[in-house]
Amino acid sequence: MDLIWQGIKQAFHLLLTGDPEVVEIVLSTLQVSGSATLISVIIGVPLGTLIALNSFPGRKFALSLVNTGMGMPPVVVGLWVSIFLWRSGPFGFLDILYTKTAMIIAQAIIASPVVVGLTAAAIGQTDPKLRLQIRALGANRLQYLWYLLREVRFALFAAIIAGFGAVVSEIGASMMVGGNIKGMTRVLTTATALEVSKGNFDLAIALSIILMLLAYGVTFWLTQLQQKQQGV
Amino acid sequence: MKMWKNIRFFSLIFFVLSMVVLAGCGQTAPPASTPTPANPDLILATTTSTQDSGLLDVLIPMFEKKTGYKVKTVAVGTGAALALGQKGEADVLLTHAPSSEQPLVDDKTVVNYQLLMHNDFIIVGPANDPAGVKDAATLEDLFKAISDSKAIFISRGDKSGTDTKEKDLWKKAGINPSGSWYQESGVGMGQTLNIASQKAGYTLTDRATYLANKDNLQLEILREGDSVLLNIYHVMQVNPEKFPQVNKDGAKAFVDFMTSSDTQKTIGEFGKDKYGQALFFPDYGKNVEDLGK
Repeated sequence: MDLIWQGIKQAFHLLLTGDPEVVEIVLSTLQVSGSATLISVIIGVPLGTLIALNSFPGRKFALSLVNTGMGMPPVVVGLWVSIFLWRSGPFGFLDILYTKTAMIIAQAIIASPVVVGLTAAAIGQTDPKLRLQIRALGANRLQYLWYLLREVRFALFAAIIAGFGAVVSEIGASMMVGGNIKGMTRVLTTATALEVSKGNFDLAIALSIILMLLAYGVTFWLTQLQQKQQGV
Repeated sequence: MKMWKNIRFFSLIFFVLSMVVLAGCGQTAPPASTPTPANPDLILATTTSTQDSGLLDVLIPMFEKKTGYKVKTVAVGTGAALALGQKGEADVLLTHAPSSEQPLVDDKTVVNYQLLMHNDFIIVGPANDPAGVKDAATLEDLFKAISDSKAIFISRGDKSGTDTKEKDLWKKAGINPSGSWYQESGVGMGQTLNIASQKAGYTLTDRATYLANKDNLQLEILREGDSVLLNIYHVMQVNPEKFPQVNKDGAKAFVDFMTSSDTQKTIGEFGKDKYGQALFFPDYGKNVEDLGK
């Protein structure tokens, strides 16, 4: 119990005094997971819309792939991204393994299926009559998509929250493609694991609390935006 | 009006997410006195013990400041570190399993192979010593006592330097350990010690990691000092002739730095202030055969 109390005290101490190493780790975490979420939204929303609105051969198969991808184990993504980015791998010439870029790529791969799946589900649930009505009112293709996405924006926010939650909490891929390098690719999850293996449990507890606060903070902010849009 | 509100809403999301991307992008410029190498990125593949003991946290910043290289330290088990070297994925290696390193030296996968330092392996276990390993005359007897009493033994099971040493010791004792008492943790040394402590089991560990974790562990040193328990670290360059993509100059600079007299002195002092004893003994220039005598 004493250890937990120590950890909680240390978490607030580190946050309030702005410990440079912890600040850097927090910023890296936000940067990597934020960028990955942004990329997954850019890829996921159009792709999810496409799958939901069009009927094409293999649509069910595509959907089943996306749904499987929503639960893709980060460690599998980490391994495959590593293999591709190794110096001996097909993208070795980019020289980005053990950098934040590699982590963003891996996390974007983890988050994208979540965003695609939830977007497709949200649009799939809209009333077909509504879709007809929008068209009947003379909306062109772009306007049609715009109003449809507006209609499901509440669910889109949920997709963003879920995507961010999936990547900010994962460790397997970050550890493998990032390498947990101090001052570069160390994020909150990998730093916590390292402190546990070093035996610094109080610091590990502190980092875990900071991670939870961060995840809560971002989610709370997104939820605020979501509720505002809903007009609640 | 409504359209405007929507544009504002989506641009707000975009703006804030872009901010997130930009956050932390700022790079701190190196001090003016530090040279700027042509290819500053250097990948060091090393064992978890050098990282978990905190030694690299001291040495790497010194090296970076002196030479301007930016070291990407990948701390894995010795087996994985050597495998990275074998594929040319790392530039320089710092490992502690001479028997696994020798083949790489022989087939010229690595060059500039230098003896760096040593510490020793110890056998730790619960204070009440259920297998009675304290009374064992030889290491062979000790391992036999553990296997006969089926006391819990936690193995790393990850082909690390420590794991390689442990397997060698079992082999020497003529035992092929198996059964529910012999458990493989598959994680680093620090974590493995925690597991051994929680399960009141025995394990083989390097002294540095044990001392660094001692306060959290209910484990005592039950055996130490045998000459075969020496834990010897070498530093080596991945052969640039075999793998043209490795950072040859950076790797050479790293080996030179690690073997320099200043660094050797720092290694010898490391840990004295915190643990009252040195965690590593610098050995550059010595013969492997003379260690521990």
